Amino acid sequence: MTWSWPDFLEYLVSPYMMRGAWTTVWLSVVSMVIGISLGFVAALMKMSHNRVVSGIAGFYIWLWRGTPLLVQLVIIYAGLPQLGIRLGVIESAILGLAVNEGAYFAEIMRSGITAVDKGQHDAARALGMTYRKMMQIVILPQATRVIVPPLGNQFLGMLKTSSLASVISMEELLRSAQQLAQIEFRVLEVYFVAAIYYLAMTTAWGFVQRRIESHYDRPFDGRDSAAAAAQRTVDPAATEVISR
Amino acid sequence: MTGQSSAPVRPLIRIQRVRKSFGDNLVLRDVSLNVAPGEVVVIAGRSGSGKSTLLRCINNLETIDAGSIYTGDELIGYRQLGGKLVPMREAEVARQRQELGMVFQQFNLFPHLSVLDNITAAPIHVRGEARSSAEAYGRELLSRVGLPEKAHAYPKQLSGGQQQRVAIARALAMRPRAMLFDEPTSALDPEMISEVLDVMIDLSRQGMTMIVVTHEMGFARAAADRVILMHQGEIVENAPPEEFFTAPKSEATKQFLSKILP
Repeated sequence: MTWSWPDFLEYLVSPYMMRGAWTTVWLSVVSMVIGISLGFVAALMKMSHNRVVSGIAGFYIWLWRGTPLLVQLVIIYAGLPQLGIRLGVIESAILGLAVNEGAYFAEIMRSGITAVDKGQHDAARALGMTYRKMMQIVILPQATRVIVPPLGNQFLGMLKTSSLASVISMEELLRSAQQLAQIEFRVLEVYFVAAIYYLAMTTAWGFVQRRIESHYDRPFDGRDSAAAAAQRTVDPAATEVISR
Repeated sequence: MTGQSSAPVRPLIRIQRVRKSFGDNLVLRDVSLNVAPGEVVVIAGRSGSGKSTLLRCINNLETIDAGSIYTGDELIGYRQLGGKLVPMREAEVARQRQELGMVFQQFNLFPHLSVLDNITAAPIHVRGEARSSAEAYGRELLSRVGLPEKAHAYPKQLSGGQQQRVAIARALAMRPRAMLFDEPTSALDPEMISEVLDVMIDLSRQGMTMIVVTHEMGFARAAADRVILMHQGEIVENAPPEEFFTAPKSEATKQFLSKILP
């Protein structure tokens, strides 16, 4: 059996593989959004002066970063029913990926916040801002600039590591490929197609990430806000012309 | 030594026997000082003498270990509760800080916001002012500090002197009762110092109450009502500029003057 182009091309446009790829995308996005929320709370807790609060966050981060995601997924899906907690495949996959992501994101978030100069806290406080206002208006927007590049890498990683959910029979891209390969016996062609799909997704994300990064770099790129605003209003028209 | 204000009016800022230490290091030793409305007080002293710490204590960026600080009739940072003093809640502390504008050595402008947004951030988000009126006043302040054309620039595009003038406008935007300056020209290149001092002298002429920690004795001569020397956590000299420079009482002041004056 040699390489078959017709089979390869058939799999490449197969709705079955596309469905799997789509599942990978939404599973990654949903897990990421929940993971970021969890990590945000965990980061703020970890920085709390209250030892119990920061201890809880520290324990969470330590436990989830210190154990393999694969083990966590199997415990959630196959282990917890022993305690009477039964979660479906999708719930288990999202829970596993999100809670795991949250532990990593908490540390990224924390380093982003601590990277903001101490003088910014002083200035915000001196203007009469509460902790909440200070975070919202002064600290987090600046931390975001530091956080966005590693956060983008985390999402890139998530697109790939979500394939681990295949072990609990989540029908994402890898699982779709596995099942197709079992039926068709065309292992190389099928997995090649899967690899191309993953590559397409991560490459597309790379473009998005660069746009987001340049957005947050704008105050630092040497143009003033009026010029940047003018550029923004020109932007849609320019792309319209190009798309025609 | 207790600071006596030159005019017989109620002090706007009263500092009474304030003590503060960082670990074993006693930084402020029972410091007392009154500042009358409209008065300009310059605080000089070597680094480590406690002058910046005193300034930061006034708007509660540092908490004090003993003593009390009042603006008007209001005790800073604490309230009476059954005969005892308890620390205020965060929101009350934040409200009190709105009354005092502060300018820092390192400017501390918000780098992600345009100049105008730096100035209007607190009026809009802290005091709930309408954007239109906050921006109108912000532009007026920018003109006052001589930078009307920089509203849409980002801090990174400005020189140090320009940044510090924006920082002064930002503090003024909250319409404070007094202004605190923490070595406002120490981080500036020499050629930019005067543009900042000019703005400050202007402000003092408009009757703003100011406490200025600085090494610029030229400013002290031109604008101060009183000059204070801090030495090892205490106020050792407290006199009108004329007297401070020509007839200092304390040994520390004489030494200080001999080093800085030609």
